[in-house]
Amino acid sequence: MLSRTADHLYWMSRYLERAENMARMIDAHQRLSLLPRAPEAVLQGWQATLVSLGLDEDFESLHGPMTPRAAFDFLAFDRNHSGSVLQCLRAARENARAVRGTITSDMWETLNATYLESLSFNSSMPETARGEFLEWVRYRAHLTRGVTSGTLLRDEALYFNRIGTFIERADNTTRLLESRWRDPGGRGERLLAEASEWAVLLRAMSAFEIFRRLYRDSVTPIRVTQMLLMREDLPQSVHRCLDELQSNLSAVANSRSTETLRRVGELHAQFHFGRFEELTAEGIPALLDRFQGRLRDLGERIANDFLVPSGTY
Amino acid sequence: MTSPYDEMLDAAGAPRVHCRRYWNWLAEQPPERLAQKRTEADALFHRVGITFAVYGENAATERLIPFDIVPRILPSDEWSRLEAGLKQRVRALNAFIADIYHDQRILKAGVIPAEQVLCNAQYRPEMQGVEVPGGMYAHIGGIDVVRDHDGSFCVLEDNLRVPSGVSYMLENRKMMMRLFPELFAHHPIVPVEHYPDVLLENLKSVAPAGVAEPTVVLLTPGAYNSAYFEHAFLAQQMGIELVEGQDLFVRDDILYMRTTQGPQRVDVVYRRVDDDFLDPLSFRPDSTLGVPGLLTVYRAGHVTIANAIGTGVADDKSIYPYVPDMVRFYLSEEPLVANVRTWVLRRPEDRAYVLDHLSELVVKEVHGAGGYGMLIGPAATRAQIEEFRARIKAHPERYIAQPTLALSTSPTFAAAGLAPRHIDLRPFVLSGREITIVPGGLTRVALREGSLVVNSSQGGGTKDTWVLGGPQAARDSPPATSGELRTASAVQAAVFGG
Repeated sequence: MLSRTADHLYWMSRYLERAENMARMIDAHQRLSLLPRAPEAVLQGWQATLVSLGLDEDFESLHGPMTPRAAFDFLAFDRNHSGSVLQCLRAARENARAVRGTITSDMWETLNATYLESLSFNSSMPETARGEFLEWVRYRAHLTRGVTSGTLLRDEALYFNRIGTFIERADNTTRLLESRWRDPGGRGERLLAEASEWAVLLRAMSAFEIFRRLYRDSVTPIRVTQMLLMREDLPQSVHRCLDELQSNLSAVANSRSTETLRRVGELHAQFHFGRFEELTAEGIPALLDRFQGRLRDLGERIANDFLVPSGTY
Repeated sequence: MTSPYDEMLDAAGAPRVHCRRYWNWLAEQPPERLAQKRTEADALFHRVGITFAVYGENAATERLIPFDIVPRILPSDEWSRLEAGLKQRVRALNAFIADIYHDQRILKAGVIPAEQVLCNAQYRPEMQGVEVPGGMYAHIGGIDVVRDHDGSFCVLEDNLRVPSGVSYMLENRKMMMRLFPELFAHHPIVPVEHYPDVLLENLKSVAPAGVAEPTVVLLTPGAYNSAYFEHAFLAQQMGIELVEGQDLFVRDDILYMRTTQGPQRVDVVYRRVDDDFLDPLSFRPDSTLGVPGLLTVYRAGHVTIANAIGTGVADDKSIYPYVPDMVRFYLSEEPLVANVRTWVLRRPEDRAYVLDHLSELVVKEVHGAGGYGMLIGPAATRAQIEEFRARIKAHPERYIAQPTLALSTSPTFAAAGLAPRHIDLRPFVLSGREITIVPGGLTRVALREGSLVVNSSQGGGTKDTWVLGGPQAARDSPPATSGELRTASAVQAAVFGG
């Protein structure tokens, strides 16, 4: 496969995954705002999210003072920065367009239709329709994944697609956790409130029922974090994402990628064989931070090994 | 001006024999159904993303080429005659290019003035003496034909560089079958779907000698090129890589592409990039679309470029008037399909006539493309005519003139309902080990009333083109499953040692 083709496939799936998780993150805030919280706590929650996404400075320069509505618009609709849901959908489609000969017609038409429909959403939408927008994004992401797994040949095209999906998902899951840990309203002595706030996170990630089934116990920050990091059988967990990253990278291995495979194996081993208590001994936010650094390193190595090789080998 | 020939209806307004069945069907369709089908077609084209970018507009602008649901129908005997004429013409054009880059017999014989060819910007001295596989240069030709008021076909233009439009031929057929499946059950319409197979076979047949399983790629200028959809479409349909210049590199006179598994050798490049941009070391140094060193690989015979470099010397408007002479010179045959009558303005007697009749004629710039550098006399204002007169007097060698053709018309949906609109036809002629034409081609239609400009960049649309099968066509069209049949017999041969 052409390196450039692999590059577009990888970014196509990363942007789609990012759009979906961004929508889930916004959804979590919408749900949080329905809980009995002080207005400052709601704003602090949004602020924590922007910080964990690395978008707080962009927000300030584009919008100024924080309001829930401004934060929603910024993350969902804003065309002035590359991180909004709409811009991610657009980028996914642009990447798909560059490789429309490699993906199946069904995939291209799905991504193209998603983009065309996305043009009708914007910040002037009435409050009531905003929830529908978030649901629509999730639905289109489900649809695209289904079309991909239903029509794409099991070859490199699929492997690079999945590498993009899972490196992005691992990143997004840790950011979601990070935003919750950074949110001062989410911790402390208010145990009941805390439980419902973390339950909101689980619901936004479509993982609430699974939590109940796995733990049969009350929702606590530690349990949620443990589940989202360590459960190998949970599609959203970091452990699962590393499984997938490792196996898909092995499937495309070439003569340059030995070190990259070693690093992903090492990282995977920490979650596969490590104890949660030891892994988090340095504190959960520090762990999340360090892990995101490792993912960035992996992303750069994947680009150099496969996607944008320089020189003539 | 004489009234144009209508493809569907005769002078009395009755349907022509071969269109009768379609016309009667059309008359029975409730207008709402047709309106709904037209909306459906638009929505489908948008979803599939069959769009093109327009030069000069915002890079993000993607427009649909309007699709008209009324097909253009050709009877089998007319098509057979046209097909024979086009094959003959393309054979002569290829012989001409080969001659020009070798012995130049036609120049020595004085049939075409030497400076007309050798001083032409499209002539590539780099190609002089270069051997190309099979001696074939224009592997893919798009020959624009029109019908005059008496119904006779003539060639308006040969496109031998990077002709486009074939994807619309294929997509229009797919759309038609989706919208009106019942029509295909009741008409013997010759299929066109196998075009990508024929094209790939054709490209493989001209691979450098000694390559058993050639790797073919399609070279595109990239996603912002106006014909990008077609490039991606054809690469996908042929199952070959769609590459950009940055994906290729040259090492030791061999062309490679960069893949996730390291370099892979490339044998045939179906390029949709103009000569000028192919190799920054030999042509335009500022080009980022090409591959440095490609020409060296080509001259060493290690890669086939289709179409060959330098084919533009045969499709330039200043060379066009001589094509009938080429047919006589190389093939010793009389041309089966005529040229449009053409005045060459570098000839004093032609120039005098044209300057006296500017308001009746079409004047074309010889290096113009896309219908921009053109004067349509009957539709021009006094000032436009005078402007062209001055331009002709200053540089007569830059212009040719032709009569205003009464291009044939076809019933077409317009805002107020069905109305006649002018059309042309671009069949695609594939030359490799043999010459093949998938029956029909792309019919373009000038959607504005009275307009003769069918270019998509100037408000043209397209139609599905039907060639009706006679016994001849039925024999020529391959069975739909020829690929599988081949595979099955290969398996049999392996099993039974045959």
